[in-house]
Amino acid sequence: MSKSNDNNFTISVAAGKGGTGKTLVATSLALALDEQYPGRIQLIDCDVEEPNADILLHPQISSEEPVYILVPQVDLEECIYCGKCAEACQFSAIVVIRQAVITFPQLCAGCGACSYVCPTGAITEVQRQVGLLSKGSAEGTIEFIQGRLTVGDQRATPVTRAAKDCVDEKMIAILDAPPGTACPMQETIEDSDYCILVTEPTPFGLANLQDSVETCRRMDVPCGVIINRHGVGNSGVEQYCENENLPLLLRIPQQRRIAEAYSRGQTLAAADNQWMKPLQKVFDQITNLLTD
Amino acid sequence: MGNTLKQMTIVSGKGGTGKTTALASFAALAENKVVADCDVDAANLYLVLHPDVIESGDFYGAKIAVRDDSLCQQCGECERRCRFGAITTQAVDELACEGCGVCVLACPHQALQLQTVSCGQWFLSDTVYGPMAHAKLLPGAESSGRLVTIVRQKAEDVALQRGLPLILIDGSPGIGCTTVSALADVDLALIVTEPTLAGIHDMERIAELIGHFGTPAAVLINKADINEENTQRIGNYCTHNGLDIIGELPYDETVTEALAAQVPLVEYQDGPVAQGLREAWTRLEQLLLK
Repeated sequence: MSKSNDNNFTISVAAGKGGTGKTLVATSLALALDEQYPGRIQLIDCDVEEPNADILLHPQISSEEPVYILVPQVDLEECIYCGKCAEACQFSAIVVIRQAVITFPQLCAGCGACSYVCPTGAITEVQRQVGLLSKGSAEGTIEFIQGRLTVGDQRATPVTRAAKDCVDEKMIAILDAPPGTACPMQETIEDSDYCILVTEPTPFGLANLQDSVETCRRMDVPCGVIINRHGVGNSGVEQYCENENLPLLLRIPQQRRIAEAYSRGQTLAAADNQWMKPLQKVFDQITNLLTD
Repeated sequence: MGNTLKQMTIVSGKGGTGKTTALASFAALAENKVVADCDVDAANLYLVLHPDVIESGDFYGAKIAVRDDSLCQQCGECERRCRFGAITTQAVDELACEGCGVCVLACPHQALQLQTVSCGQWFLSDTVYGPMAHAKLLPGAESSGRLVTIVRQKAEDVALQRGLPLILIDGSPGIGCTTVSALADVDLALIVTEPTLAGIHDMERIAELIGHFGTPAAVLINKADINEENTQRIGNYCTHNGLDIIGELPYDETVTEALAAQVPLVEYQDGPVAQGLREAWTRLEQLLLK
């Protein structure tokens, strides 16, 4: 009995380069695993700047809750314009000019330094919405979670964190990460058991894959590679994987048919049932790598 | 001279729609310009434009809290005050640390201080297509928005020095801090999109962001024939939102050959995509001169 549940891994799907097929892989994998392990799959869209997993999984959303950070509100009756708040703020989100205090909520990290140092208690902190967390289900049994950053807000991290907090240790969680290797991607993959890196076989794909692999290694997250659009470009990515001893988990061919299905909002698995098995095998490979 | 400097940023919202491929070709077609690769998190333009570095510098971006263990009394005040779960009496989680300094302010024993961290390098280079400003963010580093600002400053400096009237900027995917930094105060934003549902969704979010800035924007549709119905939807959205469609490029698998050869597409072949890019550039030049 315990055997069937010792594969409750958290797996991130990431890519240095955008548009290589992260979301396609994450959602297709969720569908394929849902067939094998119904009721045990979570798909969490952590690409909060441009969340797209819902377009491919068509979830029923059952609840939506705002994501807040705390930002300062200054009571000018109490303020003595000493400037200590501005001095303490590392993000230039509060400025004191003579008899005026100006705040820039979009730059605020919500750390509370300003209210901590204020000698007169003139600063209180108020909630400010920076995103939305949606929860629901897809295909009946996949638990679907999506973080969505408010357009105009620049700090993705609190929203990513809120989405990631929904990881259920008793389930197989698949996290769709944002592109790149900077803070939003790192925030997503931190604490994952494994990271699938999706790339394309071009010099662009290779350069960004190398950055992603370095980032995973620095963070001690084991990683493997899926090549999308296999057949175009050159063999650089495959050679790199071989030299670096990186597991090549799957090759998805360049096919206009796949691109067209994707354009309509269809996963690999929905477009062609034959993809179920190879995707389930990807998970088996990861399970073997993690339990050996 | 300063007033006549024009800047255009290419963005997309969704990654992989063809921003860098388009920009590399515009760099080959445009005269008297500086190129700035502001997708510092996944900088790729150097692979096509082959820059020779003439000047470079270190970039110190984020700060993190550093503890002097000999002064620490294990009181735990830092841990109680930190909102990011980044510090315990045992260790600082460098990834989670926002560099806000609350722990430094709260520590009764002055055991903590903020230290700047080296996050990468900026470069000013020459290419056969003119000067180029770019950067290399260390894998796993933070603070890419500030690095974008530095790259843009280097591009502006060299444009003024050499009397070049145009800066072409490659932006990053998404709508976060790097994208915002790449879009600030430019004369034109070009959105490269594709007729996929994700492409449309992300185009709408980036268009809304550009709307906040009040920057004029144009749209280039890549792989336009992959889903005619969606291409039509993009057309309708653009009409309703005052966005100029400057071209539609067909789906063409041979485009990747130019990528593999690491040459701007318009220099590599003259197929329908290359021709589409030439026509798009003619339209963009007109928009920039307005």
